[in-house]
Parts: sequence; C-alpha cells; structure tokens
Amino acid sequence: MCTTCGCGVGDTRVDGKALPDAGGQSAEGPSAESSSAESSSDGDPPGSNQASPKGAGNNPAASYRALAADGRARPTAHGFAHSHRHGETHTHAGGAPAEKAGTSTGHARLVQVEEDILSANNAFAAANRRHFAEHGIFALNLVSSPGSGKTTLLCRTIEALRATLPIAVIEGDQQTSRDAERIRASGVRAVQINTGKGCHLDAHMVGHACDDLQPDEDSLLLIENVGNLVCPAAFDLGEAHKVVILSVTEGDDKPLKYPAMFHAASLMLLNKVDLLPYVDFNVELAVDYARRVNPALQVVALSATSGEGFAAWLDWLQTASRQQQAGKRATIAALQQRISELEAQLAQHARS
Amino acid sequence: MHEMSLAMSVIDIVENAARAGNFRRVSTVWLEIGQLSAVEPEAMRFCFAAAARGTLADGAQLQIIEVNGRGLCFNCGETVPLAALYDPCPACGGYPVQATGGTEMRVKELEVE
Ligand SMILES: Nc1nc2c(ncn2[C@@H]2O[C@H](COP(=O)(O)OP(=O)(O)O)[C@@H](O)[C@H]2O)c(=O)[nH]1
Ligand SMILES: [Mg+2]
Ligand SMILES: [Zn+2]
Ligand SMILES: [Zn+2]
Ligand SMILES: [Zn+2]
Ligand SMILES: [Zn+2]
Repeated sequence: MCTTCGCGVGDTRVDGKALPDAGGQSAEGPSAESSSAESSSDGDPPGSNQASPKGAGNNPAASYRALAADGRARPTAHGFAHSHRHGETHTHAGGAPAEKAGTSTGHARLVQVEEDILSANNAFAAANRRHFAEHGIFALNLVSSPGSGKTTLLCRTIEALRATLPIAVIEGDQQTSRDAERIRASGVRAVQINTGKGCHLDAHMVGHACDDLQPDEDSLLLIENVGNLVCPAAFDLGEAHKVVILSVTEGDDKPLKYPAMFHAASLMLLNKVDLLPYVDFNVELAVDYARRVNPALQVVALSATSGEGFAAWLDWLQTASRQQQAGKRATIAALQQRISELEAQLAQHARS
Repeated sequence: MHEMSLAMSVIDIVENAARAGNFRRVSTVWLEIGQLSAVEPEAMRFCFAAAARGTLADGAQLQIIEVNGRGLCFNCGETVPLAALYDPCPACGGYPVQATGGTEMRVKELEVE
C-alpha cells in the first residue's frame, strides 16, 4: 500500500506496471537530482523533514538515482531518477521527536511529532516541482468531475500547440488506458496511471510516471487527474497550477458544493459553452460563486468541441509556459554568473 | 475515501516516529484538524481505527483537536471566524473572506510506551 496517501498503491499501475511502495520501511523518497542537501551521505531521505516546510518528520529514505522500481538501471537523461532502495532499514538522523521533559510516568510518555499529515506527499511534490523548474517544464494538474471534458480538451489543446511546444501527458483513471490511447492518437507521448481503488493521483505516482515519460526540456506537461472534485484538491503533485474544469451541464452551484477544489485552482475553465442554450446554467453566478471561494481565480469560458473561447486558454498556456522557461534560464544565468565570479576569485588567489 | 488515505498517512508518520524514538506501542494519537480542511472528524476516527489494526497503534485512542476556521474579510478588512470556505463575512455580510487559519491537518503528539 502507498504510505504517501494510503490509497492502495498495491493497485496502482503506471502504464500497466505496479508501483512500488512509497514509504515506511522501504527506504525511499523523492528524487533530488541536484540538491545534495536533500540526501545526506547515509542516504537519508526526503521525506518530510527537509523538503516539507513543517516537517519534524522522519520519513523514509531517499537515495535516488537511476534504479527503477524493478531494480534495473535506468537511463537518466533528465536525471528524473525517482528510485527505490527497498528493504533497507532506515534510521533517521536528527529526526527523533522531542520528548516533553517531565512527562514520563512509568513507561508511558508523550512524544511531540508536529507533522503535517500530507508531509510525505508534499516532499514528493517538492521534488517533482524542483525537477520541473530545472528543466523548464510547465506542469498543469487538471481536475474536475468525471465527464466534464478533460480528455477532449487535452486533445484539442495538443492539436493546437504541438507544432510549437513539446507536450507530454499523464493520464489518471481508476481503470483502463483508454484516455492515454486517445492522447497518443493525437500524436504526443502519454503515460496512463491507474489508481485502482484510489480516487486521486499523488506526487509519488507522478514521479514514477515522469521517470517513464521523460518530458522534454521546456515542454508542457499536462496531468489529467482522476475525475473527482474532492480529494485531488489536497494532493499537491508538484504542478505549477491546478486547473479546474467545470462543464455547464453540471450546474452553476458546483463551486459552493465542492469549494476546496475551486479554492486550490488558479484557473477555472468553463467547458461545453456550446450547450448553454440548452441548459439552465448561469455563467455569471457560477463565476461569482467560484470567486467567493477563491477571489484570485481566473476564468476562461470555452468549448472543447466547437473551439469557441479556445484562443484565450491557449494564450494563457503559452504565456505561462514561457514564464516557466524564462525562470529556468534566469536560474541558469545566475548560476553561471556565480561560477565566473568564483573562477575570477580563484584566479586572483592563484596570482597572489 | 479521502479520510482513509489520510488515516494511513497518520499511521505511517506514527511508525516513523516509533523507529526514531524507540517505542513499540502507541496508546493515544493527537491530531490537529482544521475546520476548513475538508476532513470529517467522524470519518477520520472510523478510518483511523481500521488503518491502525495490526500496527503499533492498534486500539489507540484518537484525540482530535479541532481548530476553528478564521479568515480575513476583503470587504471590511476584519479577521473573522469562518465556518466554511465559501461563507460570507459574519461581521459585514460581504465576501470574499480569505482563510487564514483552520486548514491544518497534522499529527501533533503521541502517548507511547
Ligand atoms: N457538447 C460538448 N461536449 C463535450 C465538450 N467537451 C467534452 N464533451 C463531451 O463530454 C464527454 C466526456 O468528455 P471527456 O473528455 O471524456 O471527459 P473527462 O472524463 O473529463 O475526460 C464526451 O462525450 C465529450 O465528447 C464540449 O465542449 N461540448
Ligand atoms: Mg478523461
Ligand atoms: Zn496512494
Ligand atoms: Zn517511488
Ligand atoms: Zn482520493
Ligand atoms: Zn467583513
């Protein structure tokens, strides 16, 4: 079972392959290809401690790099090596929970933990996010009820952008690889995650999917979450933004009924506007409800089948992914600058 | 179900703490659950009992410390109590109110042997 979120990873499949356990005894953790701070020499992990803001945690180890779930060495062109070292017992350095002085009575004592329940997932998400930032990959987590039109929307988006932007897709569904096949038919790489009885994607699964998918440098990574307006809100995947899709056949009060999702999203796509003449759906009211929950929410109304309103969405996507690429270039430039400064200093020392 | 996932994460955190702190039994687990966190305390209790079965927290008591929601009203600028994310401001009736507290879900403390 997945100890990241517990939703039954025994059942989770990435392109048909079983996903290894994410936590507990099986020393594992998110990949940190560059930052050595994350993995101390004893192979100390990720876990919740360093990578998650609140972690007083003592999560399983991450020593990553280049070992696949099945133990085969993997090419790590991107270094997105999210690997496992199963079966190692992991003792956590410096992570022993503080004991309250004076509370020991006999055998019973109190141990302070102060750890976010989602810390393990958050650590995996932080590793994913760092990887995306380093490679200029703009990742979106698309969330909605089943049937709101996510896959249809993705296919049309891919068709419009694939000539100018490299695109990769992660498809999440409980069963079948039908959606990944629909995406592959549109001409881009796609990996299917089947969550079995799990009702959302988590950051651990997405890390493995990225190992398989190896998204291109400066690409767009579209992640279609499991159709569910509830729990995907709580599970950070490392995406730049959550995009919530609400179709006009679902009712304009959905943002009030499922506020967490609208709260977590940066952008709401109001889909199936071609059907507005036939349904009782008040667009202004839906937007108003959504902004009560999330005042900063951006909104684009569109139709994935007719293409109406699509230009605004493509615009948003292109602008945001260019920002991600620019962020990567700025980081690289700053690092190069720093290297030349250090080299200059070194040269000076050598002379003196 | 959402709470089942979370309850299993709680057990995971407890097991890691046990490895680090050298204890073998947990008799009480204190959780801090915010009113705005979309966790149902009753569902959490039920799932915790199930998830704890066969672990070092089998039969442990679950104490849930509920943290009240708080928010900043964009209309009147007051910090106000907030019962749900989409509620209007209890002071002025306006909205939006941005949540500033009550979204936490954490394992706070353990009683162990
Ligand atoms: N009329 C209309 N139907 C749509 C639109 N977008 C998707 N659909 C239909 O809605 C159904 C569900 O779409 P799908 O993309 O599989 O939804 P998903 O479950 O969110 O991935 C399919 O029959 C689509 O053809 C739209 O903009 N307008
Ligand atoms: Mg779909
Ligand atoms: Zn899981
Ligand atoms: Zn893994
Ligand atoms: Zn779920
Ligand atoms: Zn107010």
